[in-house]
Parts: sequence; structure tokens; C-alpha cells
Amino acid sequence: MQYKDYYQILGVPRDAVLADIKKAYRKLAHLYHPDVSNDPTGEEKFKAAAEAYATLKSPEKRAEYDALGSRAQGESFTPPPEWQQRHGASDSSFDDVDLADLFKSFRSAAGHGASRAHASHQTHAPMAGDDFTVEVPVTLEDIYNGGETDISVAIPEYDGNGLPHRVPKTFRVTIPKGAAAGLRLRLPGRGGPGQRGGAQGDLYVILTIAAHATYRLAGRDLSFDLALAPWEAVLGTSVQVATLGGTVALSIKAGTSSGQRLRLAGRGLPATAGPAGDLYAVVRIVVPKSVGPKEKILYEQLAQAAEFNPRNEDIGRAP
Amino acid sequence: MTIIRTTWVALDDTELCSFEELQDRSGLSEQELSELVDIGTIVGQVQVQSSDARPVYSLRYVGIAQTARNLRDDFELDHHGIALAMTLLARIEALQRDLATARATR
Repeated sequence: MQYKDYYQILGVPRDAVLADIKKAYRKLAHLYHPDVSNDPTGEEKFKAAAEAYATLKSPEKRAEYDALGSRAQGESFTPPPEWQQRHGASDSSFDDVDLADLFKSFRSAAGHGASRAHASHQTHAPMAGDDFTVEVPVTLEDIYNGGETDISVAIPEYDGNGLPHRVPKTFRVTIPKGAAAGLRLRLPGRGGPGQRGGAQGDLYVILTIAAHATYRLAGRDLSFDLALAPWEAVLGTSVQVATLGGTVALSIKAGTSSGQRLRLAGRGLPATAGPAGDLYAVVRIVVPKSVGPKEKILYEQLAQAAEFNPRNEDIGRAP
Repeated sequence: MTIIRTTWVALDDTELCSFEELQDRSGLSEQELSELVDIGTIVGQVQVQSSDARPVYSLRYVGIAQTARNLRDDFELDHHGIALAMTLLARIEALQRDLATARATR
């Protein structure tokens, strides 16, 4: 079993009073709570702080925790004999036990903040299993085509002696075609086990859309940058454009300007209900960094012949 | 490692649930959930062809109600605090959508 230094996680001394522990937890919660923070590592930091607070705010649990003594974070340790006795278990039975799961399962006042699964902990009533939530990144291609993804989670399961062991499980789910970013899927009965005949908890999967190398997403619409040479923009052309559904030919009208958005109707993301989004090609006119002698002559001839002055156009006019 | 194929229920606008189911799935109290309905964070709908006049709710609101429950537990909020936090979160999400649109179309 690995030691977790709850005092270090909260940044308080071991003799901190409850008010200081609460203050430290709240400070970390404001910084790292997943519904509040943009920090990509925030969720892990918040979970650690919440685990620490859940144990240290309860005098009974804190006393049990303190009895372990001070150790280094992550250090493997042998659970005290009374723990082994309580669970009728040997030292090795604790190998895959998470300290937080163990403290959560200890009988103590299930105060404010206890999950619904643990609210009935002190009674002998059936207790529903915990719900778990995981975020799963999926690609735009998965959303467009539908597909499968594997979700790996370690969910605590109680052995015959009530010792919670973390059991890794992998669930394969079909991604709903046209799923919106942030869609939640409920996997009934795939959460924590119920106790004393209580129902199994659920696993909630939140689909997040991974950043794409080409496309930017807004709702169901996609945008990408379409690079055009100056002469293509002036004369018009036809270009091959990669869409999620395959390559299509896009006709560029003569006189197309940089920044213009060309709509490919219905080529965005599909929807589970209603029409698909659109795909927008955002024109970027790209000029060569250097030109050969022949091209330079042609550009000079163009400069002489052209009557066009971009500073006289609305878009290029100086303020 | 064994891979378990499993089915799911999409928590979106395609399915509806009762107030009680929303309460059960979220772990919010009746008062807390009612407050979210009162301020319009959760919007019910009356089924025209049903004799039951009680409103039903899109399953999408399960996620919103669970977020409210998490905020209540993690920040030890009362029902006024939950309502305020959810209102502000809704505003942040609307701004983030606008920002994503602006970035996508720049």
C-alpha cells in the first residue's frame, strides 16, 4: 500500500487545526476544481486535495491516519496489525488498495460532502455503489464516422472482508455518430459495486473532442485555412479539398480575397438529430518568400500594368 | 486484460426523465433541484399528449444537475450558492462557445 501525505497535499502542518485544513482545501478547490479551473492538471490536483480533506476533516479518520506516522509521499508501507485484523487480511492483501478508498470505507460520521452512495454508511440498509465519471477524448473522425473507443478505469471492488481493491477494467463503447462535444454517456451498472444488496453504481463518460491538426470546431461547423497563390485568387481556380467525408473539388471564383470564407454546405459534423454542420474554407493568400528572375520580371510588369491599389479598397484602407 | 463491450444511454435531448429521476441521478435535494428549475438552469417541458401535467426533463440536464451536486459537495454550498454558481457557469460556457466560434472563423 502506498502512503499519501495528506498534510503535504493540502500544504498544512501535521498539527493544523480543522479551520486551517478547511481553508487550505478551499483554496486548492478554487484553484483546481474541474468545473472552475482551466488547468489541464487541475482535476488530478483537485482529486488529491479532496481525498486529503475527506480524511482530515473527520476526527476519527484523522486519528487513524495520524497513527500511520509521517512517511514520504508514495512510500510503500505495511498496514498496522489492527487494519489487517479488521479486514481479516494479510499484508499483501493491501497491495492494490488505495489509501483514500480505505478511509472512505471506514465507519465514521458521513458528514456533509459524502456521496449518496455513502450517506447510508452507518446503517445496515442497502448501499448503492459509487458513480464514476471519466473524460474520454475522441477525434473529429470518430464523431464523423462513429467508431469505438476503449475506456480504462480502476474501480474499487470490495472483497469478502470489506477491503476495497482497485480493479482495472476496460470498457469498449461505440461512439455515437454525430455526438456533440461534452456529451455524457451513462453506462448503467458499470460503476462501483453496491453493498448489502444495493444497486451497482454507474459509469459516466464525458466525450471531449481532441484538437485537430487541420480543422477548427465551432458547434457543428468546421473551418480550415485554405492557402491560395496570388494568381489563383486573382484568376480563380479549382482546388482539391480534404473533408472528413473525403476529397472534394472546390471552385475558387476569380477575385477571391484573403479572409473570405467559402462554405461547403453539410460537410461539417453530422448531428444525431437535424442537419449536419457546414465546412468553411478560410482563404489565406500566401506569397512566395523569394522569386526567380523570370517571375520577378513578370511581377514588375504586373506592377506597372496594374491599376489596383489595395489601400483604396475598403478592407485595406488606412484609418 | 478483458475488454467488456457495453451499451450506454446518451444524456442528450433525445430522451426525457421525471423530476424524481433527475433528483436520483444527481443526488440533489428536492429544494436544490427546484431552485435550479426556478432560475431556469433546468427547464422542464409538459408533454402535450400525456394526461400527466407534471413537466419532464431532457436527460441532458442529468449532467448539469450532477455538476451542481459536485459543486455543492466540493465547496459546501447551500442552495443559493448552487444556483449562483450554476448561473455563472452557464454564462462562462456561453462565452467559451462564442470564443470557440470566433477562433474557428478568424
